[in-house]
Amino acid sequence: MAKEIKPSEEQLAYATILDWGMKLGLVFIIITFVIYLFGILPPYIPIEDLPRYWKLNVHKYLEATGIQAGWAWLKLISKGEFLNFLSIAFLGALTIICYIRILPIFIKKKDIPYTILTLVQILILLLAASGFLKVGAH
Amino acid sequence: MKFKFFCLLLIFSFLFLELGFASEVSSQIIEGGSSLPWWAWPLLLFIVTFILGIIAVLGGVGGGVLFVPIVGGFFPFNLDFVRGAGLLVALSGALAAGPGLLRRGLADLRLTIPLALIASTSAIIGAMIGLTLPKNVVNTLLGLTILGIVVIMLTAKKSEFPEVKKADALSQALKIYGVYYEPTTGKEVEWKVHRTPIALLLFVGIGIMAGMFGLGAGWANVPVLNLLMGVPLKVAVSTSKFLLSITDTSAAWIYLNSGAIIPMIVVPSIIGIMLGSIVGVRILAVAKPKIIRWVVIGLLAFSGLRALLKGLGIWA
Repeated sequence: MAKEIKPSEEQLAYATILDWGMKLGLVFIIITFVIYLFGILPPYIPIEDLPRYWKLNVHKYLEATGIQAGWAWLKLISKGEFLNFLSIAFLGALTIICYIRILPIFIKKKDIPYTILTLVQILILLLAASGFLKVGAH
Repeated sequence: MKFKFFCLLLIFSFLFLELGFASEVSSQIIEGGSSLPWWAWPLLLFIVTFILGIIAVLGGVGGGVLFVPIVGGFFPFNLDFVRGAGLLVALSGALAAGPGLLRRGLADLRLTIPLALIASTSAIIGAMIGLTLPKNVVNTLLGLTILGIVVIMLTAKKSEFPEVKKADALSQALKIYGVYYEPTTGKEVEWKVHRTPIALLLFVGIGIMAGMFGLGAGWANVPVLNLLMGVPLKVAVSTSKFLLSITDTSAAWIYLNSGAIIPMIVVPSIIGIMLGSIVGVRILAVAKPKIIRWVVIGLLAFSGLRALLKGLGIWA
């Protein structure tokens, strides 16, 4: 019989949030894609025109479609493809949520190195998500 | 017998699809447009990523490392969008695997946190470099990296239980050590690590490459964790997979915020790879054909060469 080796409190807490979040994210991603694919919400770029755009580099793609980089997609959330960005952004936010969950555990344990590392990691991920660091040119 | 037939069928169907794509894409480049209806590409992408998901599991590699060179080389999508999708494919796989690995104590959070901080910060830089460089340069570098991965796969040794005589000062200060249950021996395996500062330095490079090419980075994580730091192989593979979920998150945000995400490419790829992985795990439970490892190496070598020659303008 397999011996029980219990992982640390923070490891289990991270796993629990990740488990629920991932399941929710996958369901969400399928639902939003079905809404897009079946035209339940109208797309910003007509689906049949996509082959004209997906061969362009990202800079020319943004220019040709008039889409703005960063969080500007939130303004277009009623369009089918941008609704999908919501579920993709959720997947991107999951790790941040997990780190925020384990931060108080490290603080409670007075584990100073890991409190600092966790805090810095949250800030780095928030910086990446913030939209300040974006590239749109070649 | 049935299984061998299935494997052969799988390989041939994949090669058939791949060659079909090659000729189609070549004709597109010449004609400057696609003769296929719009829906054919996402459908083909779904089929190919489903097959890639099976092959990746059987070949013991991440989906991202196969996805970017193959889809980038043989589909009409710009490499910017392929890398964005590749990151999300690798991210989804890592997020899905994470809970189980953490709960079973195979992936170690204390080991992951310092490495992830370095790798995810570097991945941001890598993503920004990758989206700034001209396409031919990215293709050339991608081709060289993929061919490098082939060399690593052919030559790198693995050590089931590496010997670590003395943990280094940094890992001792950070209390990076652990124990896991090994069912094959019925024993608990205690582990500790050494050479942590060198590993942290190497994770700078790994993070940059992960962000730049959207490949995932298990191919580099595992040798560093296992051979350099002395982490037992099972813990190294599991921690590497979990680590990807953090590294790829930061790079994925850069691609998302830079507009390099097209849901019509991303979503069929994620679903295809996920379903393929599920089927792959079921096949793996029955048998692990050695031939698949060679198929993976062959596919990587071919698509790496394709990216390199594309970048150099020899095979447009």
